[in-house]
Amino acid sequence: MFILIVGVGRVGSALARTMLREGHEVSCLDEDPESHARLEIGLEKPWEDLGGQFTVGTGLEIEALRAAGIERADAFVASTDGDNTNIVIAQIAKRRFGVPTVIARVLDPFRAEWYEAQGVHTICPTRVAIDMLEQEVRAAAKRVAGIAPPEGPVDFEHDEV
Amino acid sequence: MADRMYVIIAGAGKVGWNLARELLEKGHEVTLIEEDRDRYATVEQELEHNIQYGDASELWVLERAGIERADMVIAVTGDDEDNILICQVAKEKYGVDRIIARVNNPRNREHFDLLGVSPVVSATDLILRLIEHEVPEYGLVHLLDLAEERLEIIEMLLADDAPAAGKRVGDLDLPAGTLLISVLRDREGFVPTADTVLQAGDEILAVLDPKLEEDLTAYFGPAGERR
Repeated sequence: MFILIVGVGRVGSALARTMLREGHEVSCLDEDPESHARLEIGLEKPWEDLGGQFTVGTGLEIEALRAAGIERADAFVASTDGDNTNIVIAQIAKRRFGVPTVIARVLDPFRAEWYEAQGVHTICPTRVAIDMLEQEVRAAAKRVAGIAPPEGPVDFEHDEV
Repeated sequence: MADRMYVIIAGAGKVGWNLARELLEKGHEVTLIEEDRDRYATVEQELEHNIQYGDASELWVLERAGIERADMVIAVTGDDEDNILICQVAKEKYGVDRIIARVNNPRNREHFDLLGVSPVVSATDLILRLIEHEVPEYGLVHLLDLAEERLEIIEMLLADDAPAAGKRVGDLDLPAGTLLISVLRDREGFVPTADTVLQAGDEILAVLDPKLEEDLTAYFGPAGERR
């Protein structure tokens, strides 16, 4: 399928390489021309020679989105470093261009949760990290105390005597 | 505006700060939210408890400012995505009835419309309007745009060789959905009737569906020229 990725940071560039390697058509859009170099990390040939596409521009510029091929995109990933930018451009991709699959990377768990409920599919790396850390810390506490963690939530206001 | 409103303003730049000051002077309750620490410290010296430090696109910051009871939210940060998000959340999550958003880059205006964020204020657009008004040969001036209602009021100068010059209004056969509401001639305004004969140099106010703008200007602009 044809995938458009806006924001070629660590996440966007890694996703772009993987998807290209798996045989998809990948187009990237980033306002920083230098981010092209990040796309090619570890690649044996230039990004374009491998069939990738790269456009300089922002996800708010309709012309840049068109140049990057949004009209034929099967999937759209908003992975810039701005939560609000990702939320806004994901909605543009969905509502204006009707892209079937739209995913926004949102670091703030509260914003991610609310927009997810509004139908904007969000991925929240912070939420993932919180969940993993909680699991690890619980496991450590179990090992240290040699007992099971308390059942249910702790009443923070009344448990200190 | 007689009632006291609770207004949350996101962004304590020049616009936000002055707006907060004016609204406070009018007796309204205001909370300004600013995410830049230095700017916050500066404005806090004057506005004291009326400004809070934080990122207004974080839900807990809006909740701490009391968004649930806000009558109006005004987003005037220098970032259009932030302004869109703050207003979208204010309206759709917290049910704030009245929102106003600033558009920094006029090209982003369509995104505000798409996501239901209105009304918007754009300094660039306002200045362009003034230019239209100050430069008469521009021909057509927008006096009022009601985008949702799909109506606008425009002012046009009747060109010397316009098809409508010297004609009765009743003979013009104007497109349905347009109405001439007044004529300004020799510094006097009047409401035209079907018998009014239009003259070159008349300033004409019309209400119409924006889609019909070209059709209407064809009658009033220079002959053979379409804007």
